[in-house]
Amino acid sequence: MFAGKSLAGTYITERDGMAVIKLDSGYNMGVPFPACTLVEHLPAAPVKGPAVAQDPSLPPLSIVSTGGTIASRIDYRTGAVTSQFDADDILRAIPGLEKIGNFSTRVLYTILSENMTPQIWQELARSVYEEIRGGAKGVIVTHGTDTMAYSAAALSFMLDTPVPVIFVGSQRSADRPSSDNVMNALCSASAAVSPLGEVAVVMHESSSDDFCVIHRGTRVRKMHSSRRDAFRSLGLPPIGRVEYPSLGITLAEDAVRRCDTEPVLLDALEPRCGLLYFYPGMPAGVLEAFSGMEGLVIAGTGLGHTSTGLIQGLRDLIDGGTTVVMTTQCLFGRVCDRVYDTGRDLLKAGVIEGEDMLPETALVKMMWVLANERDRERAGALMQKDLRGELSGRSVS
Amino acid sequence: MVTDYESVGLKAGIEIHQQLNSREKLFCGCPTVLRKFDERSGEFARYLRATESEMGEIDRAAKEEMMVLRRFCYYAYDTCCLVEYDEEPPGPLNREALGICLSIAKTLGMTPIEQVHTMRKLVIDGSNTSGFQRTALVAMNGTLPNGGAIDTICLEEEAAQRVEGDIFSLDRLGIPLVEITTSPCMHTPEEVYQVAEYLGMVLRSTGRVKRGLGTIRQDVNISIREGARVEIKGVQELDLIAEVVRREVDRQQNLVWIREELRSRRARVDPVPVDVTTVFAGTASSILKKAKKILAVRLPGFGGLVGREIQPGRRLGSEISDYAKKCGVGGIFHTDELPAYGVTAEEVEALRRNLGAASDECIILVAAGADRAVCAADQVIYRANLALEGVPEETRKMLEGGSTAYMRPLPGAARMYPETDVLPVRIGTEDWDAVTVPELLTIRAERFVTEFGMDPGIARQVAYSEYLPLFQAALDHGIPPSLAHRTIFATAKEVGKETGKDTSGLLDPAVLIPVLEATQNGTIAKEAIPQVFMLELEGVPVNEAIARSKPSVSTSDIEEIVSKIVNERKDFVKSKGMASLGPLMGVVMEELRGAADGKVIAGVLKKEIQAALKEE
Repeated sequence: MFAGKSLAGTYITERDGMAVIKLDSGYNMGVPFPACTLVEHLPAAPVKGPAVAQDPSLPPLSIVSTGGTIASRIDYRTGAVTSQFDADDILRAIPGLEKIGNFSTRVLYTILSENMTPQIWQELARSVYEEIRGGAKGVIVTHGTDTMAYSAAALSFMLDTPVPVIFVGSQRSADRPSSDNVMNALCSASAAVSPLGEVAVVMHESSSDDFCVIHRGTRVRKMHSSRRDAFRSLGLPPIGRVEYPSLGITLAEDAVRRCDTEPVLLDALEPRCGLLYFYPGMPAGVLEAFSGMEGLVIAGTGLGHTSTGLIQGLRDLIDGGTTVVMTTQCLFGRVCDRVYDTGRDLLKAGVIEGEDMLPETALVKMMWVLANERDRERAGALMQKDLRGELSGRSVS
Repeated sequence: MVTDYESVGLKAGIEIHQQLNSREKLFCGCPTVLRKFDERSGEFARYLRATESEMGEIDRAAKEEMMVLRRFCYYAYDTCCLVEYDEEPPGPLNREALGICLSIAKTLGMTPIEQVHTMRKLVIDGSNTSGFQRTALVAMNGTLPNGGAIDTICLEEEAAQRVEGDIFSLDRLGIPLVEITTSPCMHTPEEVYQVAEYLGMVLRSTGRVKRGLGTIRQDVNISIREGARVEIKGVQELDLIAEVVRREVDRQQNLVWIREELRSRRARVDPVPVDVTTVFAGTASSILKKAKKILAVRLPGFGGLVGREIQPGRRLGSEISDYAKKCGVGGIFHTDELPAYGVTAEEVEALRRNLGAASDECIILVAAGADRAVCAADQVIYRANLALEGVPEETRKMLEGGSTAYMRPLPGAARMYPETDVLPVRIGTEDWDAVTVPELLTIRAERFVTEFGMDPGIARQVAYSEYLPLFQAALDHGIPPSLAHRTIFATAKEVGKETGKDTSGLLDPAVLIPVLEATQNGTIAKEAIPQVFMLELEGVPVNEAIARSKPSVSTSDIEEIVSKIVNERKDFVKSKGMASLGPLMGVVMEELRGAADGKVIAGVLKKEIQAALKEE
């Protein structure tokens, strides 16, 4: 009963102590429970549509899913993302995929990307490796966008891949007609069948639905919390571009090309590494939290600095066995600790210049380097060597 | 056609959409201002796709919009933000707009929803960057003076305005609007007009709604007993609303008549289109010539009926054409209207021969690229079959004059799903008790009559006018209603006419009130107001304009001028007696224009005339 009238509707869920009722008009309203009378239980609506026919003559592609909104469905009752989905679900969600490849899927995780861990990166690397070994001519990893750049960097180091490994996500949720999921997914599939042979991220280039860009996995960063074109290549131009809706692809000259070699998996990671964003006035005591850890990346100011007050603490950390690498919070440009006094003091304390690496990439690289190279000196040298396009010897912009 | 609306079983209901004059948009902090298209600061392009509702269905109207993948272009402005771009989640529901909505709901005797949920209503015609319109049911069950009922009032975000084709402008997107939906409680076109007028009056009574063309729009739901529910979108002019109802009733009656005729002829629709591209190989028709594929749909028994008018300027063929256009074709040809458009009688004959068509058969042609032609032929078959059933349920758009064209199927509840980014809003008893009900404009007009002795017609004009707040502000400053009314509704207009300039700036309270006060306290004469206005239009600040318009003549000067004028017209004064006062007043006023108060002049003139008459 509402406003003296009897109204019929479907009970949806409970919200803040109220019964949420869907009226025949489609509107939801919250009413007190005592105002409701249960008339009948409705059977749950079928949620699956018909299967999408696949073409076995197309290149075998694999989709490894970790969660995120790109090909998920939202359960409005709980507000959660559905926990399982198979190839059919994805092909239904992204019409047009079936014309690009013959897909198999693997649901590895269904988590929000902030809940990623180095251990999950390792599992992800193993899964992708198995998919490539199993014959996939390209692998698409669907991922939440918030930490996608970390995962892409992690796989860049852990996996030597002969085929494209494409990370893709969506910034606007899949339940809205304007979602970027369809365009990003189709462009990622196009990149997955392209001549590319490295780990990359494919996302919108601009706010318009006209191009996606292909970013190198170690050079990409999420630069906006919500826009479609949040992902940018920093320090070097993108390695390719996909036109939409034609899906025509162009690759940069320095993009690594597809080859016939076997994939190589080096999945060891040292999780006891940290990343510290320096700020003016940071108390030296903060560094104590990193005592006993294997590595620390600092996102310092400008050319790569902390305050003078932190230098002794850093010296102590390094003396205690922690590898410390300096990057810059400017994101663009290169670290150079030889210009100012504090920089020289940092170098004297044993801090390693992180060249033009992004702080997040430097962290992931450090985890990988310290797990694979136990000799501290050689590990330090590896941090300053370009392994996966994460740093360049010369700055051109 | 004279129609007995009761006997045809007319049922009509209306939805009124009114923009609210809130400071900010419904889900962001952007101002609610409209911009000129050439002021845009950028453009971007998007595609939209239908998504499944929370119940796992795709809305039928959205499905139809998906028949052709359309690229929409949007104009952005510096008064828009990422929420309008669909590049940022919406902010919380605007409480100011909700307050106005609740005030309207209370005026209409409605009951508020205790927990208001914002929904997404799927609309993928490009008018919303997100592909949905955010809307929330706020109150239910109100009453109308004619005994009818108001079902709901919703608070919605306004859609983007169409520039042309698939180009939209983002300035209007997100302006709050209320949607008031009545029950189907109206049974004549006039009743629909009266209810729309009443609701419009209630909305304006709040003083918090936008004014001007496009700020209020009515959708009309109409059915007759043998017809079907049809929703006509976007009637902007109140005066046309009854005509729209009349024409829709005609349309439905005609479609019912056609159905009966088709049934009696045992008419049918051939389910498979025929490729007749080769028949028109040498055609002179430019449309057919450039088409890659020409398909023919045979309609045995339809001859003469496809070309039959069902509304002024609209035929059954127009209805079929509207459906075909959804596939991106320009329209159709049908044999009821051929030969025409460059198609010759010989070609029509060849077509009929080729298909073995009987004389009572109508043939419809679609010409386009292969995919579009197939899609359009399917739509022709679909709509022609609907003619056998009578009136299809659908959403229609209004054309100039009050006829309508097909837009899309009636949407269902499947198009509505929750906006997960906006939290529900609780309307508690205290909130509801605190909502104030505005004085209705009808009551205010009556009050003006009784309180100020205003003429009822003028009182109504003032009460219903967009200048009511200005008028009220003048009264609050102690200005007599007659002076306020004359200045706002006549003087400003007259000055505009004389100067050819835009006088809207004069009706800013900051300008008008000081002028009226100066008049009231005797600083300037009433007659000087036009001069003050003219100075202001030239850019002179209001206080300076007033100072420059102060009376420049003393009473003795006035006496001198009046005396001179009367002396020069002694014969006239003598022949007319005191009746010469009026004409001479005009002469004196011309001389002293604005330099002295009319009352003072009249007093002096009267004395002078009396003196002149005494001289006898």
